[in-house]
Amino acid sequence: MKAAVVVFPGSNCDRDLAVAFRNAGLDVEMVWHKDTALPAGVDIVGIPGGFSFGDYLRCGAIAANSPICNEVKAHADRGGFVFGVCNGFQVLTETGLLPGALLRNAGLKYICRTVPLQVETTDSVFTQAYEKGEQINIPIAHHDGNYIADDETLAMLKGEDRVAFTYRENPNGSVADIAGILSANRRVLGMMPHPERAAESEHGNADGQRVFAQLTETLASA
Amino acid sequence: MQEPAITPELIDAHGIKPDEYDRILEIIGREPTFTELGIFSAMWNEHCSYKSSKIHLRKLPTTGPQVICGPGENAGVVDIGDGQAVVFKMESHNHPSYIEPYQGAATGVGGILRDVFTMGARPIAAMNALSFGEKDHKKTRQLVHGVVEGVGGYGNCFGVPTVGGEVRFHNAYNGNCLVNAFAAGLADADKIFYSAASGVGRPVVYLGAKTGRDGVGGATMASAEFDDTIEEKRPTVQVGDPFTEKRLMEACLELMQTGAVISIQDMGAAGLTCSAVEMGDKGNLGVRLDLEKVPCRENGMTAYEMMLSESQERMLMVLDPSKEAEAKAVFDKWDLDFAIVGETIAEDRFLIVHNGEVKADLPLKALSGTAPEYDRPWVPTPAAAPLEDAPSINAIEGLKTLISSPNYSSREWVYEQYDSQVMADTMRQPGFGSGVIRVHGTDKKLAFTSDVTPRYVRANPVEGGKQAVAEAFRNLCAVGAKPLATTDNLNFGNPEKPEIMGQFVGALDGIGQACLALDMPIVSGNVSLYNETDGQGILPTPTIGAVGLIAADEEPILGYARDGHVALVLGETAGHLGQSAILCEAFGREDGDAPAVDLAAERANGEFIRANRDLIRSCTDLSDGGLAMAAFEMAEAAGVGVSIDADDTPTLFGEDQGRYLIACNFDAAEELMARAAQAGVTLTHVGKFAGTDISFGKESASLDELRDLYRGSFAKHFA
Repeated sequence: MKAAVVVFPGSNCDRDLAVAFRNAGLDVEMVWHKDTALPAGVDIVGIPGGFSFGDYLRCGAIAANSPICNEVKAHADRGGFVFGVCNGFQVLTETGLLPGALLRNAGLKYICRTVPLQVETTDSVFTQAYEKGEQINIPIAHHDGNYIADDETLAMLKGEDRVAFTYRENPNGSVADIAGILSANRRVLGMMPHPERAAESEHGNADGQRVFAQLTETLASA
Repeated sequence: MQEPAITPELIDAHGIKPDEYDRILEIIGREPTFTELGIFSAMWNEHCSYKSSKIHLRKLPTTGPQVICGPGENAGVVDIGDGQAVVFKMESHNHPSYIEPYQGAATGVGGILRDVFTMGARPIAAMNALSFGEKDHKKTRQLVHGVVEGVGGYGNCFGVPTVGGEVRFHNAYNGNCLVNAFAAGLADADKIFYSAASGVGRPVVYLGAKTGRDGVGGATMASAEFDDTIEEKRPTVQVGDPFTEKRLMEACLELMQTGAVISIQDMGAAGLTCSAVEMGDKGNLGVRLDLEKVPCRENGMTAYEMMLSESQERMLMVLDPSKEAEAKAVFDKWDLDFAIVGETIAEDRFLIVHNGEVKADLPLKALSGTAPEYDRPWVPTPAAAPLEDAPSINAIEGLKTLISSPNYSSREWVYEQYDSQVMADTMRQPGFGSGVIRVHGTDKKLAFTSDVTPRYVRANPVEGGKQAVAEAFRNLCAVGAKPLATTDNLNFGNPEKPEIMGQFVGALDGIGQACLALDMPIVSGNVSLYNETDGQGILPTPTIGAVGLIAADEEPILGYARDGHVALVLGETAGHLGQSAILCEAFGREDGDAPAVDLAAERANGEFIRANRDLIRSCTDLSDGGLAMAAFEMAEAAGVGVSIDADDTPTLFGEDQGRYLIACNFDAAEELMARAAQAGVTLTHVGKFAGTDISFGKESASLDELRDLYRGSFAKHFA
């Protein structure tokens, strides 16, 4: 099974995501943002955290217009899997692969803290290893994680069971406590918290490991 | 453009003293040009030349089998085994941060990161030690917000985990805050890059961001005292762009892999001038620069401005000419400027040409090699009188005073603004003792700490200097790390005052003794003098940054105390209250002598902790606030109560050195007692961890109440 991790100038969690994919048994290739094709046979594309293009203009906005993003969209349109963390989530909303947007945190400060999340659905490759309603502790580290969407979109996300995770103690003002959402085909996940930072016993907390745990198995049968 | 005439006023405005100007005339045998005067002022100011401190810095221990490269390069390099090295340094950005807190702090972080990756190391950890004025001073809140956001804004974007640091408040910093930034990087021990140029006729390459007018004269500003004209100095503060720095790092590390880099130097203080002179001087070569080739951000920049600009995110490199195309391709990939701006030349000459016109023609060696060096007069600090009328306080009241104070409340509000986990190797985040990270792809771990107690140093520079190193040593041992080496960031007042110079000399004496005895040599550092405003100096603040190694087959001590654990104190308790935190915070007194440091006991106790890690569940050193503070912090981190048998002020709040608090189960405690007796160290049972209250003798309060106070106070003071 093969993963591609996209590297934008300013990405800084690209290696972290690659390590988490590798530890889950995937082959990983790094892909430069100016590339115009994904490596052959890619099953899942990772959009890592960081500050792509320095967060200039708007978080994720410039990255969403990089050449590689056309390929990421095409991959998603073909039913491929995409996983965006933190800045990667921002990029996915900017590309339109996921609805809504991420605003500045309600408290206006950057927050790095491990927060309790609630697993809202187990109906996705990323969340199937959890129990619905389970609490997991995952680090956040962002300045612009305040999720917003219009009422219609929120109703759709809830109606289609596309909210993947919510915050139990909302740290950033996100509407409906939303921490991560799925695409309509449930194969694209964007989330602000960093499961790759809580994926090994050395991290002191491995609650995020299950996001990656069953990728190999499921992608093989997908 | 007509350059200004060289007048005594112009010379003075460059911070050059009359006798120094005479020396310039002697060296070049004529009147300098305007650009040359600027170059001399940049090279000879205190910040770049260490002219007041050099003769004392030479006395520090800087060698050891673990040291690959000591002071003198961009950062120190220390062996961590398996062909790997840790590269680290701490540096101040005090003056700019006071003038423009966000950018001053941000570029301080940027500068230290550049020092590390210039040597071929990828930064893996950062810390910062911040000192601010008293809580209610009119500038403090603004400085706290600006500096913290600046540190976070730069480090978070760049992508280095901030794993530790210090924040303190004292009225002596009302007019001068301190921002000391530390960075450490990881490199292959045989692929370290140095600044010495080699080979004649090789291209000198400019890399990174474009040159603007920001920071012109910054290093000279950083070498002067402040007065009420300070606001006029804002334009001398540089503006940082961490996004460019991140790309610059990736490009440099990529370029270094190609073998194209012969020598490399970052442009920090005094930018192009300092970096070019450094490369030439170390390589015994001259340098010619053609300034019209320098990528500029603004039109019409003069030679003077280009040579003194402190625009950030720039590097100078001597390139292997056969690899020019390869090198340029790397920089094109990262959309960074790459321009050949000069060449190395055989003669001892620093030749600056702008559009065909010679703007400076100076003997290069004389610029750094013969920079002035002063043995400034100094008087030893008079011995402090021992503490009289030692006060006593109700133990719970005393603890509440400490944990609600700006100085000893939880720093959560600060460190949550820093990304402490990027790179996904962080094993212990800020908030409780040393930061610990895993060396990526290995089972080795590195521990980082930053320490100093300025009140001690003021009362007794020698013991205070020793204490700063000893506390760093303890913080590393407490997580099971072997202390490897040290970086010192020496912040003092005006060195032209003999009593300030006396503090400096005394502190360095203590630091040197401790580094030698504890086998943690100084491998890098920075001196910041003239931290005075209107003649009022800061507390002497020699910040010690230290790095320790936990071997692949060793477990770090990162556990938490549990209900039922025994509380043990390692080391002798005598109840020293002079210059203590409780005396200062509860009684407003800063008298008495600093606690004495017994370096042999420090070493023995530290080694005992490391050797017996198998029995120790949780460990912390005893420092400010003594046993009471350590017991509270350990209990609070673990979410369990603690009851300490003692209730008297000296036992609970005394700050005797060389001590640790240990939590472990009963059986382990018995075994530890036996091993302590064998090792000849003092281990005392002081209480136990249990329940939901914090108790000292018969006094107690609920952990929940105290936690709210501890966690909430900082934000209440400053948010």
